Amino acid sequence: MEDLYREHILDHYENPRHQGEIAGADIVHEETNPLCGDHIRMDVKLSADGTRIEDASFTGDGCIISQAAASMLLEEVVGKPVSEVENMEPQHVLDLVGAQLTANRVKCALLGLKVLKTGLKMHKLK
Amino acid sequence: MAYDTARIRADFPILNERVNGKPVVFLDSAASSQKPEQVLRAMDEAYRHVYANVHRGVYAFSEAATAQYDEARAKIARFINAPAPENIVFTRNATEALNLIAYSYGRTFLKEGDEVILTELEHHANFVPWLQLAKERGVVLRFIPITPDGMLDWSKLDEWLSPRTRLVTFAQVSNVLGAITDPRPIIEKAHAVGAKVIIDGSQSVPHMAVDVQTLDCDFMAFSGHKMLGPTGIGVLYGKLDLLEAMPPFLFGGDMISYVGFDGARWADVPLKFEAGTPAFVEAIGLGAAVDYLNALGMAEVRAHEKEITAYALERMSEVPGLSLVGPADAEVRGGVAAFTLKGIHPHDLASLLDLEGVAIRAGHHCAQPLHQKLGVNATARASFYVYTEPREIDALVEAIYKAKVALRK
Repeated sequence: MEDLYREHILDHYENPRHQGEIAGADIVHEETNPLCGDHIRMDVKLSADGTRIEDASFTGDGCIISQAAASMLLEEVVGKPVSEVENMEPQHVLDLVGAQLTANRVKCALLGLKVLKTGLKMHKLK
Repeated sequence: MAYDTARIRADFPILNERVNGKPVVFLDSAASSQKPEQVLRAMDEAYRHVYANVHRGVYAFSEAATAQYDEARAKIARFINAPAPENIVFTRNATEALNLIAYSYGRTFLKEGDEVILTELEHHANFVPWLQLAKERGVVLRFIPITPDGMLDWSKLDEWLSPRTRLVTFAQVSNVLGAITDPRPIIEKAHAVGAKVIIDGSQSVPHMAVDVQTLDCDFMAFSGHKMLGPTGIGVLYGKLDLLEAMPPFLFGGDMISYVGFDGARWADVPLKFEAGTPAFVEAIGLGAAVDYLNALGMAEVRAHEKEITAYALERMSEVPGLSLVGPADAEVRGGVAAFTLKGIHPHDLASLLDLEGVAIRAGHHCAQPLHQKLGVNATARASFYVYTEPREIDALVEAIYKAKVALRK
């Protein structure tokens, strides 16, 4: 049992990084996983030229996997080029989480990445 | 003969499986039940020995398959005490049966300003078709509210029933709260104003004796896969005069009596509603499931589930931080126990229980509006059936304690 919820997952869940909302964010996007009702909102502040993620934060409500994965994802991408997120493979997030997840739980882990990617895409289309 | 759970379990090969190295404890029968050998064998034999398309062939296989299909329809009619096999329309599942009513009856006989009374606890299958009808036709929906103790507050019915009320539709047993509604007084009152009554029997027909003639409901919908039968087969029961007045829902082969270039005439009920090759092997499987349930006796099935449910409620309420939803009295509760656990999301709990071989469901159980009313995103749900043993309730409770330790709650 302990293996699924190893220390670093519980740590991210109990002490989430980059949690909250950003005043004057360039991007605010939220989605719900209809399967379980997990909910994540991502706020993103871009650099002046729009190519870098200057700051990002999340708020949400849901299972440990969804919330911890969002925290790990933001820890990884804040300060990085937007293109890095756009091209990020889902497996990368699963590697960050590190636990063996069943197919339905993979959706929980990837919700944050989905919200972030969709938010960036919608911002580009504006 | 006394109810013998051990003997019943011997008929369900899947219950011998191990999950994550542990004997499986299957507590998700409200979503879909497991299947006994007798059902698996009936379908296997149909495929091996008499398989050919029904209704068309004049050769032996087709005649035999048709006879078995008809016999399955008759068995199901007898199971719910329908007046005749013609009252039974085979659908894919309860969802399709309810859609059939909403499309065919709803869009033919309901007009703007007409009212449909349903309840806050409905499964999406008996919720979304009516939302859609309201949107398309300007039909007004009213929702019987839930009470703090997890039952339905039917006192609103007297207030709302009027000549504008055309339909009253509700689940006889809630798939989340377990709340059992006695349909008889509701049906009497609804009929007094000329409204028709639909019962979603998805969680009642598999678990208790249901008699559609005594109830006098106008329609009833249920799924085969929740009552030991296969997937892909469900039932719409309807009163004959209503089914005859309703237009077809799907068009094509098998549902016609004549087709020309200028138009077509429909087959008689129930074939009018069964366009295309039906899931007749699945119907035969459902017939075998009904035989199995009859052999157990539906009164005995209900008594067994009441006992298991009472034991589950007792054991689960001992767990610190665990809050059950739904009525506390197993007398008015079907075999489901949905709950929340303080500090642990239902999804995390279900994953941890899975590691112990315990299969429960987590989420909104296709009843999102109800969860909004309960003020929670999701619940965890254990549900019980003919094969559930007290030992499995113990395994559930033990696994919940282990999960609490693993998550430091």
